[in-house]
Amino acid sequence: MTVERDQDPALQGFAHPERLVTTGWLAEHLGTPGLVVVESDEDVLLYETGHIPGAVKIDWHTDLNDPVARDYIDGAAFAKLVGSKGIGRDTTVVIYGDKNNWWAAYALWVFTLFGHEDVRLLDGGRTKWEAEGRAYTTEAPASTAVDYPVVERDDAPIRAYKEDVLAALGSAKLVDVRSAPEYVGDRTTAPDYPEEGALRAGHIPTAASVPWGRAVAEDGTFKKTEELSAIYLDEVGLRPGDSIIAYCRIGERSSHTWFALTHLLGLEGVRNYDGSWTEWGSAVRVPIVRGDQPGEVPAR
Amino acid sequence: MAKTTLPGSLAAIQDDFLALDQGERLQLLLEFSQSLPELSERYRDHPDLLERVVECQSPVYLFVDVEDGVVRINVTAPKESPTTRGFASILHEGLDGLTVDEVLGVPADYPLDLGLTEAVSPLRIRGMMGMLGRIQRQVREKSGA
Repeated sequence: MTVERDQDPALQGFAHPERLVTTGWLAEHLGTPGLVVVESDEDVLLYETGHIPGAVKIDWHTDLNDPVARDYIDGAAFAKLVGSKGIGRDTTVVIYGDKNNWWAAYALWVFTLFGHEDVRLLDGGRTKWEAEGRAYTTEAPASTAVDYPVVERDDAPIRAYKEDVLAALGSAKLVDVRSAPEYVGDRTTAPDYPEEGALRAGHIPTAASVPWGRAVAEDGTFKKTEELSAIYLDEVGLRPGDSIIAYCRIGERSSHTWFALTHLLGLEGVRNYDGSWTEWGSAVRVPIVRGDQPGEVPAR
Repeated sequence: MAKTTLPGSLAAIQDDFLALDQGERLQLLLEFSQSLPELSERYRDHPDLLERVVECQSPVYLFVDVEDGVVRINVTAPKESPTTRGFASILHEGLDGLTVDEVLGVPADYPLDLGLTEAVSPLRIRGMMGMLGRIQRQVREKSGA
């Protein structure tokens, strides 16, 4: 049982309009049986200051990451987590968050690793909901725990490991979604962000630089199909059928681009390299290019 | 180098956190974020006097005054970043009004000892260590200690 999709004309030009809902649709559907709204933010306390009525919180770090190994939680932990939030396998999940839905897109991508079928993003996230003066509450949602089956992650279709990226150099198209100074190699972290442990600066050879924010319109929603095509297809040269790998610093901004490429432009075969620069920039004997040109695959 | 001892104000805050379970600790941090005082007019009108804390993901600015050996903390962080505001507020409540030696004596890893690493994540707590380090550096510069 899934909740009806948003028929808003603004979404219908996308390849998979069922993956987005507008703020208006969400406001009308709050409380619909079979729908659970999830907030996922960069700031771990933002939800507590006020959230969409009935929304539950899932934190990318404390909930979705394994507390010991640098990996995601396993099927049993995921089942326990989402089941406790009232999410069943056939629940329609709508995710939203701060920072233009970076972490919301990241959470959606993790839900997809577990094969959760109906998971959507609130187009525009917190920013748009707030700009429209829509309601927040600090009241805790009354979720009833449900049983969620233990489904093991299937990483291969949408997740790339470092070894995959190395093996794909020269054949896959890489998209570096970080800021220009990070791509060029002037710095290892986003402007205004703390250093997070990458030892070398630059980018993976052959990667095109397309900062994630280029997919976003001024009001925080995704740009229209034509604008997205102009960037990713015409300018960068991505084509249907290509093997594509997006990366950033820790995989959150590239989840956002993964969403745009996969669900809005309908490209298949897009993977997110979540190890991203914090892994590549610290790994021993991997090739790195500095400067504003993509660079060549080194001879092996 | 001053020897490290935890001032009573910071020890009390630490005790408060450690007495709570994980979920309640987050709630207490939220209360701290709500009680961070507004900047005084002097700094509101002169944002150029404030120092940016680059270890924090959100724009946090602070300025330390030392008057007759007493440390005054001025710090601001945006409302959309309650975690960062909470950290700033803990340091304000714990350090404002202490002596130079007391502030310099606070162990650099105090933020790790609040029992928040599980609820908040170590990555986020790094921002608070950055704030503390900058406060101590400003105190050293301004007191000649």
